[in-house]
Amino acid sequence: MAPAVCGTLLGLAMYASGLCAVSGAAFLYRDYCVIGAGPAGLQAAYFLQRAGRDYVVFERSHAPGSFFALYPRHRKLISINKHYTGKSNSEFNLRHDWNSLLSHDRRLLFRRYSRDFFPNADTMVRYLEDFASLLKLRVQYNTAIIHVTLEKNEQAWNGHYFLLTDQDKKNYKCSSLLVAAGTWVPNVVNFPGSEYVEGYETVSINPEDFTGQTVLILGRGNSAFETAENILGVTNFIHMVSRSRVRLSWATHYVGDLRAINNGLLDTYQLKSLDGLLEGDLEDLAIVKDKKGKLHITLRFYLENRNISAGIDSITLPQDELDNFATRAPYDRVIRCLGWKFDFSIYNRSLRMMPGKGNIKKYPQIKPSYESRGTRGLFVLGTASHSVDFRKSAGGFIHGFRYTTRAVHRLLENRHHGVPWPSTVYPITQLTNSIIKRVNEASGLYQMFSVLADIILLRENATAFEYLEEYPVGVLAELEMQTGRKAHNGLFVIIMEYGRNFSGADKDVFYYNRAVGEAQHAWQSNFLHPVIYYYKHLPTEREMRLRPPDWPLPRPNAIHHIVEDFLTDWTAPNAHILPLRRFLENCLGTDLRNFFAESCFLFAFTHQKLPPSCQQGYIRMQGLLGSQELRQHAVQAGLLQDYTPTDLSGDRPPDSHHGSQEHLTRDHGIPLRPLQHLVNAKDEL
Amino acid sequence: MPAQKDRWVSFLVFLLFSISQCGSASLQQEPSPQHYFSGLEAGKASLQGLVRVNCPKEDVSRYCGKENALRKAFLFRGNRLIREFPTDALFDVNSIVANVLALLFNEVKYVETLADLENIENVLKGKSNMVFAYVPATGTAEHRAVMEAAFVYGTIHQFVLTTEAALLKATSPDDPDVSSAWLLFCHCQQVPEPAQACRRTALAQPLTLLNIHRHLKLMGAPLVTEVAEDPEKISTVHLQLGLPLVFILSQKDTYEADRRTAEFVAWQLLGKAGVALLSRDLVELNVLQRSNVALKTPDEVGGWISSLDSSALERVVGCLLISAIDLPAFPEAQGEVSFLIIQRICGFPIPGMFFSTLGTPGVLLSRVNCWDWPGLCSQENVTQFPTLRIYQQGQQPVTYGGMWGAEELSSFILLQVPCPLKLATMAEAEGYLRGEFPSELPSHHHTSLLGVFSSATSRGLLGLVGLKYSVSPPALLLARSGGRSVEGIALSEHSVQDMLQMIRYELLDIFPEITVPNLPQYLQLGKPFLILFSAGDISQVESEEMLKLAKGRPQQTFVVCWLNLKKTPVGYGILRTHFSTTPPLPLLLWVNLHAGGQVFKFPSEQPITEMNILLWLEKLQAGLEIPSSKWAQVYNVPKHTLHCSQELGLACAVSVKVLRSSHWCVTAIYVMAVSEVPP
Repeated sequence: MAPAVCGTLLGLAMYASGLCAVSGAAFLYRDYCVIGAGPAGLQAAYFLQRAGRDYVVFERSHAPGSFFALYPRHRKLISINKHYTGKSNSEFNLRHDWNSLLSHDRRLLFRRYSRDFFPNADTMVRYLEDFASLLKLRVQYNTAIIHVTLEKNEQAWNGHYFLLTDQDKKNYKCSSLLVAAGTWVPNVVNFPGSEYVEGYETVSINPEDFTGQTVLILGRGNSAFETAENILGVTNFIHMVSRSRVRLSWATHYVGDLRAINNGLLDTYQLKSLDGLLEGDLEDLAIVKDKKGKLHITLRFYLENRNISAGIDSITLPQDELDNFATRAPYDRVIRCLGWKFDFSIYNRSLRMMPGKGNIKKYPQIKPSYESRGTRGLFVLGTASHSVDFRKSAGGFIHGFRYTTRAVHRLLENRHHGVPWPSTVYPITQLTNSIIKRVNEASGLYQMFSVLADIILLRENATAFEYLEEYPVGVLAELEMQTGRKAHNGLFVIIMEYGRNFSGADKDVFYYNRAVGEAQHAWQSNFLHPVIYYYKHLPTEREMRLRPPDWPLPRPNAIHHIVEDFLTDWTAPNAHILPLRRFLENCLGTDLRNFFAESCFLFAFTHQKLPPSCQQGYIRMQGLLGSQELRQHAVQAGLLQDYTPTDLSGDRPPDSHHGSQEHLTRDHGIPLRPLQHLVNAKDEL
Repeated sequence: MPAQKDRWVSFLVFLLFSISQCGSASLQQEPSPQHYFSGLEAGKASLQGLVRVNCPKEDVSRYCGKENALRKAFLFRGNRLIREFPTDALFDVNSIVANVLALLFNEVKYVETLADLENIENVLKGKSNMVFAYVPATGTAEHRAVMEAAFVYGTIHQFVLTTEAALLKATSPDDPDVSSAWLLFCHCQQVPEPAQACRRTALAQPLTLLNIHRHLKLMGAPLVTEVAEDPEKISTVHLQLGLPLVFILSQKDTYEADRRTAEFVAWQLLGKAGVALLSRDLVELNVLQRSNVALKTPDEVGGWISSLDSSALERVVGCLLISAIDLPAFPEAQGEVSFLIIQRICGFPIPGMFFSTLGTPGVLLSRVNCWDWPGLCSQENVTQFPTLRIYQQGQQPVTYGGMWGAEELSSFILLQVPCPLKLATMAEAEGYLRGEFPSELPSHHHTSLLGVFSSATSRGLLGLVGLKYSVSPPALLLARSGGRSVEGIALSEHSVQDMLQMIRYELLDIFPEITVPNLPQYLQLGKPFLILFSAGDISQVESEEMLKLAKGRPQQTFVVCWLNLKKTPVGYGILRTHFSTTPPLPLLLWVNLHAGGQVFKFPSEQPITEMNILLWLEKLQAGLEIPSSKWAQVYNVPKHTLHCSQELGLACAVSVKVLRSSHWCVTAIYVMAVSEVPP
């Protein structure tokens, strides 16, 4: 009985103290509980705090960012901290700042903490400490959540409460659980002799300890290469073994793959300087120690039905049969650098926190909305949420999950507090402008390409539109329910994509003519570029499910690629803006050009329906009259016609423009009328 | 009536982030490396190169022979050994260059205490300037930069170096970061007496050779440049280095005061912008008498603006620089001063064009490029471009909602009188209706509205006004053309909206001349137009006849108006659209803009009289007239339909193949779009 009573009393007196008694044991209640005070946990706390929500963050360590206090072992972060971009646009500059969390406080930009392009991990720890303390985030340190279970309650937000227990058996009760615990359980492979293997988490980082040694490293990720890089100069040689081939991040466009900063071993391997790289299944491996303490590689196959303790002499080594076996030389050390996985152990069965399948088994299964597939109200944030875009986008890294965390917060605000997704309503005349602005500066779209998208919801008759930023595109079908906004009149989705078939571990990303420059080839763009999808109706769940593999969205009514740009600057009038405007005009059947007041005046006396820029500007007494100077300029540029009587003679021969107008007319069916100059493509430039 | 002179009207135009990133002043420009290294020419010969000697191999016995010669560096000039030093202090290129320069060139004084620094400063007073640098450690890139700068400038300025954090704290205004280097230029040369302190100008950028060089160049430039040329043509060190130049206009009478002001301003801006004093008597300038400040950036010359007196000038300049340089300072600046920001409209050459002729007292023009400052624009909730906003101390910002024309904008700015304006005497009330009160109102004619409402305090005045204009409160007095006709309008139970509507209606003329700016006001009435096209002013007779027609029926069902083709030449465009050639003028047309879009032409053989027109209108309404033209077509949306043919063929075919849907063909639409742009 006690729990139910407590539940109903939450809104009353007990709410204030947050304390409730369950069967004699006291527990603390919070609307939101966040597990982990790493970057994602603190980022979530920041948004909850700004929204005035009742929350607490549990952190097992005495300070934030305990993962960074230990890792990376060699202390160099490989997330870039770019100080100079030549631009003052703070949003744009975040595109090249991979370490900062989002906040309103300009002191909390990572560039203020380190000048290094690849900063030290201690700086990250200091940054996170400041982030928590300067923003006064409510973090409860030294609290390790060791068990999470559910308590059914019909009145709870999600039909149940989350009951958390810490290491001191203290209990906590929450309506919504945000898991930002990261992936910190080291991946271990068990094979005969694996007891001789040292783990990345404890291996020495002093190169002197490796002097003159022969080292085998298991794994081929950044931690493996980072370890190799540190000892490359002092070892006899290093071999690196992993199941699959090395994936270079500059070829895959995925920041989690091997970054160029750590890949010295690739050099020494390919230049035949003794070090080497091998592919093989670690599960088939076995290690045997000889009397001198050297480690020999053999295969599990040879060990079957044999007793290792019988001594090395009784064991067959591959070289006994194959005398040029690659790893026949004995090793002094074997180091395991196989990455980490999510800690599934603390969740009660009833939460159904299941590992993903295949290469995402280190992450819990979640929906594209970051909500657990097993439990409503449980959201996974940060690195642990990377299954949504593993090996694609940046959702497993600070510069990506700072945006997905914000997206989750917005979903929660709408779901639990009736605060719809933030949006801005603009008149339709600002449509081209709004898109160009966002594709040029937005950092969330840029980092979380193909995952977060801006949504433009059209109002009736396309006279206005509503702009929603950075919505998780995987739940587009649920947009109305998730955002509290209506999409009755069609929508545009603005997303950024790499060209299909361009990125990949085995792809040549330097081939000749890899980039396209002309607008008509935009759809063949390979590098990251904006793509605009137009839907007359919101795609359904079924359409989302049946979308082609590797497509972020189902087939739209129309699509437009803005051609890739070497400078990622999509502001060229002819190559970027004009094609975009034409596309939007085609979708909407409206004219998005801006007209001078004088042109609107002429339209008013000669046409029944005016273009939106006249309707929303001139007719509401906000037209662009300009000054004499501006008029002259417009006339010279061919944007306005000069009607002054000197120009006027009834049967004047066609002027120089005439020929080109006829040409246009013939080709494109634009009627030749005295207003032809107003239909000039240059009007809007 | 307190003078409004010290009132700061502030405006802010957020314009256009729009299409390109134009308008962003290239403030970060730095001189090219060539430019810089030419300055190093003098010192270049001294450091010729580095040679490594491997003792066991090459017998350079004289040096290798010595017991502890290994891992040592020897510095030669010509073939003479100058110095030797251990290489353990030389951990990289920076430390080598810094140390070598330090040895070669022991002119750089190292200080450990504030007293040392002050001693040096005292010695230098009246003689030369000092460059004081703090570096967190020697052998760093910053140390090297300082030493290299000293190598070039050491003969001109005294260089002083420290690594003591305490000295940094003593010389830096706020809590400094001890891990960052810091450089001060101390202006000691101009200090006349030892008791006076040297002014100091800190280097605001990171300590690099280029930045130090730039800083020293700026410090070396004249404080105030006196110019006698067109501002367009002038170029100074500041502009060359990508910094703005502030022009202050002076006159013979006020030269001394202007010079002092300019110097004061220049000290405030030192290192950030230059100041030039431009004599009004020497240059023919088309600038209003009261305008006295302009800003030139490397890109453009801004419009002249004015400030009331020289004490306020520096605030004006400060604001200009806020708008041009340091926009993040906006929220703080907003509290104390007020300004107007105008942004360049991309594609139009209009630096301050709307306002260049204004010269409004106390108005500061400023601009925000929303591409550069997205945070500010979203904080100020700017969603349309261009946006013009007035910020006035202690008041809510006002967003401009009118036509974007020079005259309209200037009236808007000039009409920023307190609202509501409180009148205390009958004279003030009459003056107001005549457009003469308050005095800062622009003198050009406008319409005045006076609300007559009862209030406990002003009963006496109320009675007088009510009596004179025979209205009883609540009522409105509407004065046109300088108060020559004052109309009283009784107010009954109207909502604000109704009242606004009524005022708008009352403001309309009976027989207006239609122009581009005023058409929307008449369009709102939703009535057909009877419009007389005239090649110039209409004749007295026609005017009288038309006026009779207009006044004849008070509740007119149509708008009677005329159009002066000389003033509104776009009218020819209208005529050309409806008639193949321009018909003889004057020409009377019946145009129903709202229904059917029919155009009827009054028979040109008939004289334009009230009677003739009324008869014609009757026939017209009876459906007996044939429309001369009808623009039945709705406004033609330019269609960019895609045909997978001709030049599009390839792109389309491929896209269809790849995407397996004809819908997707629109991908290639821009082929057509681009071809429409003239080469």
